[in-house]
Amino acid sequence: MMRENPADLLPELCTLLGAVLGLLTGMFVPRRRQWTAVAVCAAGVLAGLAAAVAAVDGPRLMTFDAFMLDPVTHVTRVTVLGSTLLVMALAYAPLRGHRRETEFHVLTVFTALGTMALGATSDLLVLVAAYLLASIPAYALAGFAKDARGTEAALKYYLMGALLGLLMLTGVTLLYGLGGGTSYESLARGLPSSPAVTVGAVLLVAGLLFKAGGVPAHFWVPDVAEGSSPVVATLVTTVPKIGAFAALFRLGDEVMPRSWALTLALLAAVTMTLGNLAAFAQDNVRRLLAYSTVGQAGYLLVPVAMAGRTDLARPALLYYVAAYALTNLGAFAVVVATGRDRLADYRGLARRSPLLALSLVVCLLGLVGTPPTAVFVGKVLMLGAALNGHYTWLAVVAAVNTVASVFYYLRWIVPACRTADEEPPAPSRPASLVAYTAAALTLALGVGSGLFLSFG
Amino acid sequence: MTVLSLVIFLPLAAALAMYLLRLGDRAVRWTWIAASALDLALVAGLWIGYDGPGVGYETNARWIPSVRAGYHLGVDGLSLPLLALTALLFLCCAVYSLRQEHRVRTFAALFLFLESVSLGLFAALDLLLFFVFFDLSIVAMYFVIAGWGHGERLRSALRFFLYTFFGSLALLLGFIGLYLGSDPKTFDMVELTRNPPLADSPGLAGLVLLAIGVGLAVKTPTVPFHTWLPPAHTDAPAAGSAVLAGVLLKMGTYGFVRIAMPMLPDAWRTYAWVIVAVGAVSVVYGALVALAQRDLKRLVAYTSVNHMGYIVLAVGAAGLAGDEAARRLAVTGAVTQMVSHGLLTGALFLLCGVLYERTASYDMDGYGGVARVAPVFAGLLAVASFGSLGLPGLSGFIAEFQIFTGVIGAGTAGAAVAGGISVLGVLITAALFLRLLQRVLLGTPGPLTPRVTDAGTAERAAIVPLLALALVVGVAPRFLLDLVEPVSAAVIALVAR
Repeated sequence: MMRENPADLLPELCTLLGAVLGLLTGMFVPRRRQWTAVAVCAAGVLAGLAAAVAAVDGPRLMTFDAFMLDPVTHVTRVTVLGSTLLVMALAYAPLRGHRRETEFHVLTVFTALGTMALGATSDLLVLVAAYLLASIPAYALAGFAKDARGTEAALKYYLMGALLGLLMLTGVTLLYGLGGGTSYESLARGLPSSPAVTVGAVLLVAGLLFKAGGVPAHFWVPDVAEGSSPVVATLVTTVPKIGAFAALFRLGDEVMPRSWALTLALLAAVTMTLGNLAAFAQDNVRRLLAYSTVGQAGYLLVPVAMAGRTDLARPALLYYVAAYALTNLGAFAVVVATGRDRLADYRGLARRSPLLALSLVVCLLGLVGTPPTAVFVGKVLMLGAALNGHYTWLAVVAAVNTVASVFYYLRWIVPACRTADEEPPAPSRPASLVAYTAAALTLALGVGSGLFLSFG
Repeated sequence: MTVLSLVIFLPLAAALAMYLLRLGDRAVRWTWIAASALDLALVAGLWIGYDGPGVGYETNARWIPSVRAGYHLGVDGLSLPLLALTALLFLCCAVYSLRQEHRVRTFAALFLFLESVSLGLFAALDLLLFFVFFDLSIVAMYFVIAGWGHGERLRSALRFFLYTFFGSLALLLGFIGLYLGSDPKTFDMVELTRNPPLADSPGLAGLVLLAIGVGLAVKTPTVPFHTWLPPAHTDAPAAGSAVLAGVLLKMGTYGFVRIAMPMLPDAWRTYAWVIVAVGAVSVVYGALVALAQRDLKRLVAYTSVNHMGYIVLAVGAAGLAGDEAARRLAVTGAVTQMVSHGLLTGALFLLCGVLYERTASYDMDGYGGVARVAPVFAGLLAVASFGSLGLPGLSGFIAEFQIFTGVIGAGTAGAAVAGGISVLGVLITAALFLRLLQRVLLGTPGPLTPRVTDAGTAERAAIVPLLALALVVGVAPRFLLDLVEPVSAAVIALVAR
C-alpha cells in the first residue's frame, strides 16, 4: 500500500513554506524592512533542519511512491539545510538593503529545496523535476548582480545546464521505454541488459554530473565561481552537489547495471586529476577553489562508483559529502570575509586577523584531508571503500591526487601567513563568523566522527 | 583523563593558554620552558612508575566505533624511551630558543603543538590515531620551516611537505589494507598484533607491507626516499632541525618496530633481505655523501641518513633466519640508536645553529681555529661529533655495537655481508667527523672565525643535558637496556610467528 503521510516530508514542506511566505512578505514590506522576509525564509529552513534532524532515527521507508526515507536522504537534508543557513548568513551583510534582497534569499532556499528532492527521490520523473528546481533558481542567482561577468557566468551556467538537462531527459525517456517504469524499484526489476540501457544511463548521469561539477560537465564551475558574487559561488559549489551525489549514489545502489562501477571509477579518476591539475596555475582564489571543488567531486565519485560493492561506500559518501560541504563553505566564507580574489592579496592576513587565517588554514588543510578534520575521516572511508571494492588503482590515484593538491592549497596558505608591507583592510565581521563556525565544525565533525557515523 | 593523556595534551593546553591570556614575549618563553619541563617531569614519573613488560598506563576509549578505531593509548619499553627523548629534546629546544626574537608566540605554540603530536604518536595504540599524529607532525614542521627558516625555506618546506605527505598517504593506504585484512575488522594495534591480518594471502600482505614500508621509509628517511631531508634540514631553524632529526625521523623507524614487524610477520620475513639491503645502502650512501659536503648542516643531515640506515639494517636483520639472541640484540641496538641519534644529532643541529646565529653561514671552509675563540663551543662540538662517530663511552657506541654484533652474529651469510659493508659506514663517518673538527675547530682562522663568539648560557643549558645523557647511556646503559630488552624479545617472537 502506498504511504502518503505529509509528515514524512516535513523538512521539505517547512522549507517550501518558508520560501513562499518569505516571498510574500518581501512583496509587502518596504525595502529597509526586508530583513523580515529573510527572517521568514531562515525560519523555514531552520524548522526544516529541526524536522530533518528529528526524522533521522526513523525507519527506512518509501513515501508518496517517489521519496525514500533512508540515511542518504537524512544526511542530504541535514547537510543541505545546514549549508543553506550558513550561505544565508554569508549573504546577509552584502545584500542588506539590496533592492532584491528577498529574492536572493528565496531563490537560495528554492535551490536547497530542489537539491533535497534530488537526493531523496527514487523516481526518474521526480529526479528531473528536482533537477530543474535545483537549477533554475541557481541560474538566476549566478546573474543576480546584472553585471557583465555575472551575466556571462549565468549564460554559461544556463546553456550547459539546459543542454545536459536535455540529455538527462533523453536518458530518462530511454530508460522508461526499456524498463517499463520510472521508479527505481521497477527499473531494477525491468531493465534488460542491453547497450541501450548503458546509453540511457550515461545520458542520465551526464545531467547529474553537471550538478555535481564532475568532468566532463565541469566547465561552468570556474566561470560561475569567478563571475558571480562570492556568496553565489559558495552556494553553487556547495549545495547542489550534495543532492547530485546522493542521487548518483542512489542510482548506482538501487538500479544500475554491472558496468556502473568501472564507468564511474574512470569518471572519478579523470575528474580528480583534471580538477587538481587545473587548480595548479590559478591566481584567482575563486577559480582555485572552483577547480578544487572539481577535484573533490572526483573523490566523491569514488564511493558512488563503489555503490553496492562494499558496505563502506554509503558511510564514505555521506560522511565525505557533509564534510566537503562544510569545509568548502568555510574556505569560501574567508573569501567573502576578505572580499579579495588574488592570492597575493592574502598577504598579511595572519597578522590582521589571526582567527580568520587559522580558519582558512584549517579549511584548506581540511580539503587536503589532514586529520583531525572531517574530510580526513571521509577520505579514510573513501579509500577504504575503493580498496574493499577491489579498485586498488582508484585508491592509489586518489592518494596521488591528494598529494598533488597540497601544492595549490599551500600556494594560498603561504601568503596568508606572511607579513605584508601594508595592512590589509579589516575583514567583514559576519562572514568571518561563518568561517570560524565552519572551521570549528569541521574539526568537531572530525574528532567526534564516531558519534555521527553511528547514524549512517 | 589519564596521566598519559595529560602528558600528551599538556603542551597543547599551554599553547592555547598563550593565546587566550595574550602573553607577551617574555612570558611566552618562560611558559614554554615551564610547560616542557613539567611534561618532562611527568614522563620521568611515567618511566619510574612503569612496571613492565607489557602495556602500561593504558587508555582505551571509543572514538569511531563503526570502523573500530579507538582512542587507545599506552606505553611499553619501546615507546617510553622515545617519549622521554621527545620531552627532553623539546625542553632543550625551548631553552635554546630563549634568544628567539621573531614571532615568539606563534613559534612557541607551534613547537608545543608539535610536542603534543610527537608524544601522542609514540603513545598511540590505534592505527588511525597514530596516523592522525603522523600527519599533523608534517603540518606543524612545514610551518616551522616555512615561517622561521632561512635560505630557500619556502621551497624546502614545500618539498618536505609534498614528499612526506606522499609517504603518509602510502602509509594510510597500508593501514586501510591492514584494517580490511583483519578479522574482525579493526584499527586497534594491540588486536592487530595479537591476530596478524592477511596471514593467508601473502600477495596482499606483501603489497600492504610495500605501502607501509614506503610510507615509513620516506619519513625515516632511507635511500632512495631521502632527498627531502638535506634541504629541509639546511633551511630549517636550529630548533626545528633538532626536533626534525631527533624526534620526527624516529616516527619512521618506530613504525617499523611497532607496526610493520609484528603485524605483517610473514611478509616481513619474506622481504627482510630487501630491508637489509636498503639499510646497508643508506648507511654507506649517507656516509659517502656526507663526506663530500662543505655545508656543515647538510653534512649533519646526511649523517642522519647514515645513522637511520643502521636502524633499518637492524630491523631488517631481525626478520632473517638465524640466531635468536643475536637478532634480539639487533633490535635492542636499533631502539638504543633511535635514542642515541636523537640526543647526539639534536645536539649537533643546535651547535650548527650556534654558529649560524653569529655568522649566517654553514660553509665549513670559512671557519678554522674556532677552538681558540670559542672553547666551550668547541668542546661541545667535539663531544657530539665523537659520540656520533661511535666512540666508546658515548651512546652511539652502545647502539652501533649491538647492531653490528646482532646483524653479523645472526649467522646468515647475507646478514654478515650487509653488516660488514655497514661497518665501512662507521669508518667513513669517523673520517668525516674528524675532518669536520679539523676544518672548523683547528687550523688557521678563516674569514668567518673572528665573528664567532662562545656559546651563551642558554645555548649551553640546552646542549649540555643532551650530551650528558648521551654520556650516561654510553657509560651505564642498563637503565635503558632493561626497558628495551623485553620489547626486543617480544618483537622477535612476534616476527617469528
